[in-house]
Amino acid sequence: MTGDITFLGYGLAAIGPGIGVGLIFAAYINGVARQPEARGMLQTIAFTGMALTEALAILGLVFVFVFAG
Amino acid sequence: MSLSVVPAHWLQSGIAATDGEGFQAPGPESFWWPLIGSDTSNWAFTRPSFVVMASVVIIAIYYMSVVNKLSIVPTKRQWIAEQSYDFVRNTIARDVIGSKDFLQFLPLLLTLFTLILFNNIMGIVPFVQFPSMSRIAFPIVLTLIVYIVYHTVAIRRKHGVVGYLKSLVPPGLPGWLKPIMFILEFLTYFLIRPLTLALRLFGNMLAGHLMLLVFILGGEYLLLHGSNLFVQFSGVLGLGFGIVMTFFELLVQFLQAFIFTLLAALYISDAVSEHH
Repeated sequence: MTGDITFLGYGLAAIGPGIGVGLIFAAYINGVARQPEARGMLQTIAFTGMALTEALAILGLVFVFVFAG
Repeated sequence: MSLSVVPAHWLQSGIAATDGEGFQAPGPESFWWPLIGSDTSNWAFTRPSFVVMASVVIIAIYYMSVVNKLSIVPTKRQWIAEQSYDFVRNTIARDVIGSKDFLQFLPLLLTLFTLILFNNIMGIVPFVQFPSMSRIAFPIVLTLIVYIVYHTVAIRRKHGVVGYLKSLVPPGLPGWLKPIMFILEFLTYFLIRPLTLALRLFGNMLAGHLMLLVFILGGEYLLLHGSNLFVQFSGVLGLGFGIVMTFFELLVQFLQAFIFTLLAALYISDAVSEHH
């Protein structure tokens, strides 16, 4: 079996952002469940946080192609 | 000028037509798709450039035709235009930038949103099926525009370059913390923000399209070149899952257009805010 170790490394690297995005949306759902009228404000915050967390995984994806050569 | 559905170098590298030499997984080279010019020439007019140019024309004609005959009872076309405008205006611009300053940035934000959304959706529209934002050049140009806008606005609002740099450090910090904070904030504003803004859009579109290519081309290969019934059945599963992922892509494409515009608005709101 042949392949590139960078792809395996990306899989491992994506665990962290995955957990992070999960935590953000868990908190968002909790917040909306407790206070449904805050939905609009929380949505903006949640998506901003998701975008920032997800950036790490995206950087990893780009680095896969940079270093895979 | 080759207008075939599959570019010529795919056939040579065996991505699309697998003639007995085994399956080759799609990679970054699947996104190089010249219409005029080739790998060896100095320039090439590629498929994504055509899609972006066409999208500008289509969006402009669409909005102008809607605005020219507005009616109180909206038609379906007017409804779509109104909804997209309303979404960008109220959900993104007004909520993030604040009701005092948002109107002057609305044209930029609406343009960004509609252009990115249209180009992203082109990634799953049959016969086009190429998200132009999966070529890094297009997100870089869009990010450059946002970058110039939010720095210019910040320099104007915060009394020149010196005032802007001073405002990067939040007030009320102990003295020894100020240089560290300044370096961190400077890197955030000038390097990390534009980098992640461009790479996020690019990475999501690249990854999504690559995933569709893997499922559909892999499913096709397993189905047509599989040695036994079990392998062929998994090819059918792969194709089916490719269809499911296409609808998931629709969600991601909308979300990325939304997030790009939202973050652009967020950076602008940092620039116009008096504090910080």
